[in-house]
Amino acid sequence: MNQWNNFSKGFFKENAVFTLLLGMCPTLGVTSSAINGLGMGLATAFVLTMSNIVIALIKDLIPDKVRIPSFIVVIATFVTIVEMLMQAYLPSLFESLGLFIPLIVVNCIVLGRAEAFASKNNAISSMLDGLGMGLGFAMALTILGTFREFLGSGKIFNMTIFPEDYGMLVFVLAPGAFIALGYLIAFINNMKKTA
Amino acid sequence: MNTLTVSPSPHVHSGDSVKKNMYGVIIALLPALAASIFYFGIGAVVVTITSVLACVVFEYLIQKYLLKNKPSIFDGSAALTGLLLAFNLPTYLPIWIIIIGSLVAIGIGKMSFGGLGNNPFNPALVGRVFLLISFPVQMTTWPTPIISRLHYFGITPEILDATTGATPLSILKEGVSNGVANAEIMQQLPSLSELFFGLMGGSAGESAAAALILGGLYLLIKKIITWHIPVSIIGTVVIFTTLLKLIHPDLYAGPAFHLLTGGVLLGAIFMATDYVTSPMSHKGMLIFGIGIGVITVLIRIFGSFPEGVSFAILIMNGFVPLIDKYIKPKRFGEVIKTQKA
Repeated sequence: MNQWNNFSKGFFKENAVFTLLLGMCPTLGVTSSAINGLGMGLATAFVLTMSNIVIALIKDLIPDKVRIPSFIVVIATFVTIVEMLMQAYLPSLFESLGLFIPLIVVNCIVLGRAEAFASKNNAISSMLDGLGMGLGFAMALTILGTFREFLGSGKIFNMTIFPEDYGMLVFVLAPGAFIALGYLIAFINNMKKTA
Repeated sequence: MNTLTVSPSPHVHSGDSVKKNMYGVIIALLPALAASIFYFGIGAVVVTITSVLACVVFEYLIQKYLLKNKPSIFDGSAALTGLLLAFNLPTYLPIWIIIIGSLVAIGIGKMSFGGLGNNPFNPALVGRVFLLISFPVQMTTWPTPIISRLHYFGITPEILDATTGATPLSILKEGVSNGVANAEIMQQLPSLSELFFGLMGGSAGESAAAALILGGLYLLIKKIITWHIPVSIIGTVVIFTTLLKLIHPDLYAGPAFHLLTGGVLLGAIFMATDYVTSPMSHKGMLIFGIGIGVITVLIRIFGSFPEGVSFAILIMNGFVPLIDKYIKPKRFGEVIKTQKA
């Protein structure tokens, strides 16, 4: 029961994007299409899970004063792995995400879960926590990316729903990210209130 | 107001209300509406009616079904937003774009923040800028006035290509960036008297300077607005462009040109003076107006857009809470503390 809670809280109750408002930089920056949002979300989920496991395992070895630099080293290792794998196997996604992949290192969620959860819990709980948080983040980014892609260019996962000429270009640009995210959060807060 | 009311002071009410002020502004916009219908014909009528109707309908639906409070569509504020939005759009804009603009203006610009009185940004301009960024092609296809009038009377223009043309400001911008000498560009532009009466391509309501000034005078006489915001905006634009003209007469157009083209007058008189989104104190209004003037000229001359009034007003709208916080009028009876040695 408790382990299930560690996993499931990342989706709704403590969703990084919709509830905690963490990791806003990739959330607003890369969600111009659903596929970008999903790719970014899964990359972050992988880094989050792996770094949570490693940090939970070595937490007793890390001196308290240098724990943040140590966490960063662990996280950066996995980000480098993701970056190289993506460059090798998904070059087009790598192109469109660009700088945001290396920026996962300083993503608030990854560091936040390391500090708040992995450094205090065992490896299994930390893995479930990282997986739940990461997939919740991926879900949020995919939803936001789907909305923006649909409204902005009339497509969902590159499938045309209506002609691109009728799309509202602003949703593909930065201001549209803020508008779409604002309404999504308002909608989810409203759901929570009534639930 | 004949009945005596038992209440704390003030006891005398002038009968001023939101409704009265909103309809006052709408009346003041009528000359400009007439001018836009005269120059752009049926297109202006269609744009205005669609925009006003859509705004009122969206306001009613949102208030009734989403906010679940008493609809207040008859206070004129939604109709005014619709009218101002229509004035900022090119005529012959597709109707579905106008409806999206109205939904954004009322839904995002106004109702998301809690309705009239709570919106930090001018709703009509939110709608306009949203459309400008979303549909750049449609939003910058300007019909030229006279030929679309001929069209209205059933005469087919000989050169079909000339039914749309650039605004004077975009002609200027393109000319300067292509390195054409200023004197040559000036010959392509309408003369100042033509500009004054609105004989140029542009948004429906912002063309005819004469009609807008007439409306502005009405607002001032009826004391719906004070002089501070319009005068500070116009004054800043004039001073700034005069300075630029003096520095480099070949490169920059003069103050009269900048004042009469684009949305400076419409923005200064009708948009920036919106009660909700402008500062409360007179000193704050002057700072607000100077900011709008400076940003407008900066965007027009150094920015990538030919016209910057709507962006300038929205940017300064964002500063209004800050201005109101720091510029407070002296309270009645307040003693300024003298420094002790």
